[in-house]
Amino acid sequence: MLTESQIERYSRHIILKEVGGKGQQKLLDGKVLIIGAGGLGAPVALYLAAAGVGTIGIADADDVDLSNLQRQVIHFTADIGKPKVDSAREKIEAINPDVKVITYKEWVTAANIAGIIADYDFVIDGTDNFAAKFLINDACVLAGKPYSHGGILQFIGQTITVLPGLSPCYRCLFPQPPPKDAIPTCSQAGVIGVLPGVIGSIQATEAIKFLLGKGRLLAGRILMYDALEMRFRDVEIKRNANCPICGEHPYITELKDELDAMTVCDLKES
Amino acid sequence: MNISINGKETILAENSARTVDSLLEELDVSQRLYVTVELNGEILDRPAYETAPVKEGDVIEFLYFMGGGC
Repeated sequence: MLTESQIERYSRHIILKEVGGKGQQKLLDGKVLIIGAGGLGAPVALYLAAAGVGTIGIADADDVDLSNLQRQVIHFTADIGKPKVDSAREKIEAINPDVKVITYKEWVTAANIAGIIADYDFVIDGTDNFAAKFLINDACVLAGKPYSHGGILQFIGQTITVLPGLSPCYRCLFPQPPPKDAIPTCSQAGVIGVLPGVIGSIQATEAIKFLLGKGRLLAGRILMYDALEMRFRDVEIKRNANCPICGEHPYITELKDELDAMTVCDLKES
Repeated sequence: MNISINGKETILAENSARTVDSLLEELDVSQRLYVTVELNGEILDRPAYETAPVKEGDVIEFLYFMGGGC
């Protein structure tokens, strides 16, 4: 039952026939996990908080760094040195006290990810390395957990929503991670600061649509965005019968860390 | 020969021996060793790149790894 204050706060949602009071209640009952409180995770967390998604989990082991602030809009100058999950929690709670925030100040690994994702309705991949992206895919596929993949570099981004067993997964497109250091990272090649805002906002939209059960999800299509050309394209993708995890004869049946693919986007002193 | 590459109509010299692999080389496609190729709506397994012929009217998409998010 929405309170008077909630009816006012969410009035622009409630007036939408696709949302209404019932839809808003679904958002308030919804649980979304954001893995990575960086460029992609920042807009996702801000918009899901404002939208009244009732439980938001955030997983990230990193601290806020000065070089993050050009794009990670949930973190402020005064937050430098603070754990990203704490910085994000403060902003989410300031935006919307309806939201329960659960933080995980750790990197996701094969050992912990299944437990972390278990309680959520939808997962957002806002990570910056292939090891995590493949691990999130594998964990979500094995658990039957819908999730949104996002990837960005320089001026180009792409995103796809995965409905395990129903739509192609990340490994249907890319069966194996690239070798370590084969593909440049944001810290090596740069990223225009607004780019994760565009892709992250699309990922947040997918989470909201999923919770509402409305519209057509970005499943079975990969959306590619080129900021320099200012073009969006989507390409239809079919499930891959030879997919190593969701194909006809899957050989990935348990989680493991893709150690060869480990790279971290932010340049570290180490 | 006309084919569609990443949504753009592309004219290539006639070459009946052209495969997906030789096309990647001919066009000097970035991430050539890692790019995923979708040929007429089907994702190709990498071993098929060397044998899959490229024919008039084919619709080809190159899908690239993008690992950033930070």
